[in-house]
Amino acid sequence: MPTAKKSYSTGAFWFVAPAMIVLLVVGIIPLLFALWTSFQQFILPKVHFKGAFAGIWPIFDAPFVWLSNYRDLLFDESFRDALGRSFLFLIINLPIQVILGLIIALLLHRPGHEWLKNVTRIALVIPMATTFAVVGLIGRLLFNGDFGINNYFWNLFFGHKMEWLADPNLAFVSISIMDCWQWTPFCALVLFSSLTMVPIEIEEAAKLETDRWWHILRKVQLPFLLPGITAILILRTADILKMFDVVFIMTRGGPGAATELISIYIQRIGFRSFEQGMASAQAIVLLIITIILSRLYIRFIYREV
Amino acid sequence: MKSENSTPKVNNEHLRYRPKPNIGHLLVLLLIIVFCVFPFYWMIATSLKNQQDILSPTPKFLFSPTLENYQRAVSKFDVALSLENSLIVAVTTTLLSLLLGTPAAYAIARFEFKGKKDLWFWFITNRMLSPIVLALPFFILARNLKLLDSQVVLILIYLTFNVPIVIWICADQFRNIPKELDEAATLEGYNSFSIFWRIGLPLVAPGIAVSAIFSFIFSWNELLYALVLTRKYAQTAPVVATSFMSGYELPWGQIMATGTMIALPVIIFSIIVSRQLVGGLTMGAIK
Repeated sequence: MPTAKKSYSTGAFWFVAPAMIVLLVVGIIPLLFALWTSFQQFILPKVHFKGAFAGIWPIFDAPFVWLSNYRDLLFDESFRDALGRSFLFLIINLPIQVILGLIIALLLHRPGHEWLKNVTRIALVIPMATTFAVVGLIGRLLFNGDFGINNYFWNLFFGHKMEWLADPNLAFVSISIMDCWQWTPFCALVLFSSLTMVPIEIEEAAKLETDRWWHILRKVQLPFLLPGITAILILRTADILKMFDVVFIMTRGGPGAATELISIYIQRIGFRSFEQGMASAQAIVLLIITIILSRLYIRFIYREV
Repeated sequence: MKSENSTPKVNNEHLRYRPKPNIGHLLVLLLIIVFCVFPFYWMIATSLKNQQDILSPTPKFLFSPTLENYQRAVSKFDVALSLENSLIVAVTTTLLSLLLGTPAAYAIARFEFKGKKDLWFWFITNRMLSPIVLALPFFILARNLKLLDSQVVLILIYLTFNVPIVIWICADQFRNIPKELDEAATLEGYNSFSIFWRIGLPLVAPGIAVSAIFSFIFSWNELLYALVLTRKYAQTAPVVATSFMSGYELPWGQIMATGTMIALPVIIFSIIVSRQLVGGLTMGAIK
């Protein structure tokens, strides 16, 4: 038996090594390079290539400014605004998605109409599986000011049309609506699978005690829902910090900066203003936020290691 | 004896609590279905209309469908090329991820080793990380290696999120294989690689299929990396989708036809793995 054990532990290295090496090369080295760039005044059109260290690590004549990018971004209002906008987006949309998701989950959990409930569960997959870029295209179609169907119904009920994507506030509302369309189903399915974990005997016994569904929700189902809700909170927070595709296609961050969420903002600084050094510093700050979130995620949800 | 049998039976009658199927429940379920499906349906409907029907201020629910938009979209060089690029990149990165990920998943399920915790932390962080963080340095590195606008650079960077998803799904499957099977195989003289190759892999084939579908979906959907790292020849379908939205007279029908061609395969795949979808999107925290 000891021989078997020994072969196990030496074996592990060869099993894991290929994946580890590749992830190191494509994941960690770029991160270190971003950290390195973030200490420089790196403006892409202005720097010159000086040669490469070890063949892959390019060296440029960008002046080292150490922490000054970080100091600048601390006082940079547009960065704070973009981060604030992301959190505003989160605070507005997350409660809507969780509450609507919970209602849908309860309706799916409720007995009766079994066939229709199966159809609903398949229908719920459609928004979350739609390619993000295509969700943006659909948003442009639905919210078009001239022939968009949303404006048609708005006109029918309120007697006038609105410039959904041209008005700063309405553009923010429009991307929020598309986000709710895409991610409420995710909340619904997560919470539905939590509801199915409630032991059937406990739930049926509770139903004999009370007719009120909210009593059952609070006393019986809530403890089982909590891990799902926590997972949604953390994952949606991360997803909104990542959010790029839908907004980029629907509004490009505009009008003005009305819908410029953090990832869109950093993309603009890095690839439309070409201030790679500054953008890298911002990305590193975003990475630190992400690492804190991941720690929370592991502490509260993911205990399996 | 008779009473002993009948008492639990009576209780069971009570326990079989079923509210009557009610009409309100039915209507709300229908409403949910309509809300989920309508925007997608509207895209498909628009893709089948002519420009005049699309631009009509009163939406046309009834129209004579035409496939003209699809023919035009596909005949455009960049749309056809981008779909081909997307397919090549997604398939290659999926295969590579399986090749790299399945042995690592096996090791995580079966062996104890140093750094296992760090590996998991790296996966979870990857799930949370904004692609812009990697896209910035990757752009400069790829530019210097003359890899910009190539399929290779996309395949490489997509490994950063696909290898973790393969490892997570497959590790979960490998854990379910009884350890006795390994021990028996060891007695037969199998080494750990042949146990993995000849016993482990065939038993987790369904898990491999699921992780392949996930990996394909994530790669097919990816936009930010592709937008930053490609210019012309290696553009993927979502990048081409972004390029439509400039200029005045937009070819809406062709745009929606392209959107349909991009989204439909993914939706079909997702419905196939819909049981595992929630688990996949939460990295297994919720199943």
